[in-house]
Amino acid sequence: MNVLQKFEAEQVEKLLAERGVPEFGPGDTLRVSVKVVEGERERVQAFEGVCIARKNAGINSSFTVRKISYGEGVERIFPLYSPRITAIDVVRRGAVRRAKLYYLRGRTGKAARIAEKAQPIGEAAARKAANKQ
Amino acid sequence: MRTGMIARKLGMTRVFTAEGQHVPVTVLQVDNCQVVAQRTEETDGYTALQLGVGQIKVKNVTQPMRGHFAKAKVEPKRKLVEFRVDADALVDVGAEITVDHFAIGQKVDVTGTTIGKGFAGAMKRHNFGGLRATHGVSVSHRSHGSTGGRQDPGKTFKNKKMAGHMGDVRVTTQNLTVVQTDVERGLLLVKGAIPGAEGGFVLVRDAVKRKAPEGLPFPAALRQPKSE
Repeated sequence: MNVLQKFEAEQVEKLLAERGVPEFGPGDTLRVSVKVVEGERERVQAFEGVCIARKNAGINSSFTVRKISYGEGVERIFPLYSPRITAIDVVRRGAVRRAKLYYLRGRTGKAARIAEKAQPIGEAAARKAANKQ
Repeated sequence: MRTGMIARKLGMTRVFTAEGQHVPVTVLQVDNCQVVAQRTEETDGYTALQLGVGQIKVKNVTQPMRGHFAKAKVEPKRKLVEFRVDADALVDVGAEITVDHFAIGQKVDVTGTTIGKGFAGAMKRHNFGGLRATHGVSVSHRSHGSTGGRQDPGKTFKNKKMAGHMGDVRVTTQNLTVVQTDVERGLLLVKGAIPGAEGGFVLVRDAVKRKAPEGLPFPAALRQPKSE
């Protein structure tokens, strides 16, 4: 690792200590809480939609969230480690077979549905939890 | 006028401020920046400091330069540069200047050698529009077109923008903000882009067009000798 990469890794570590990043991937429905400045005061606004892409590039990592707002598709790209994001919550896990879900852009309504990912239950869940540790 | 510093450009990255703002920065590394010689009014007719930075194998240093470094009692340096200073801003030979020489938030001018582009056409070099893609244009889509008048003036004016060598020139970018300094590793973070390729040497000086902030180390921020 050269000096620049080391510096970036330290920055990421510092930002991670302030706000962790949950495990999520494309297809998951996220609720991203973003700090918004309105005149003098600051409040937290939620942006909820499907994560359609993730970019892994150290401190420059980002993810794209897409939602349909009043019938109009809206996409927002968030820097993963931005301090303006106060929380990332995974609302629902989607089962998809692509890393980038750009095909959703051409679809609306029923065609744009994403199946829910099967979660291990009972014995399988216990085994998975054990494997993780 | 204080001395500047020699640094190596490592590359660009981003920094997030406490308010959540993202600042694009260039990371510069100052590796063991020491004073190698002084130029004074009596001996040279001007006052300046010769600084050296980096390491170089002794076998790759010429005999005369070895003598020069030996006289200053410093390790051989990869890069030597003179900085004009005021007579009262001279620093002793052998002293090491650290990156906290520059204060956070201060404006600096950074000089570097831009990346060479070789022989470039008028479109790339001067942002010309080129000729049309169709309507009878053949072969010369990226040419510069006409370069002058008719019988009068009967010549192409001097300094007409044409194709030619581009890049590899010394360029100074003025009024860049110092975002962060790291004395331990000799890192200097400057907001924005800086001329030159990654790994190239650049010169950092106090901004000439801005008033220096109060409380800057004068004549320079020097490394304190350890445990002495």
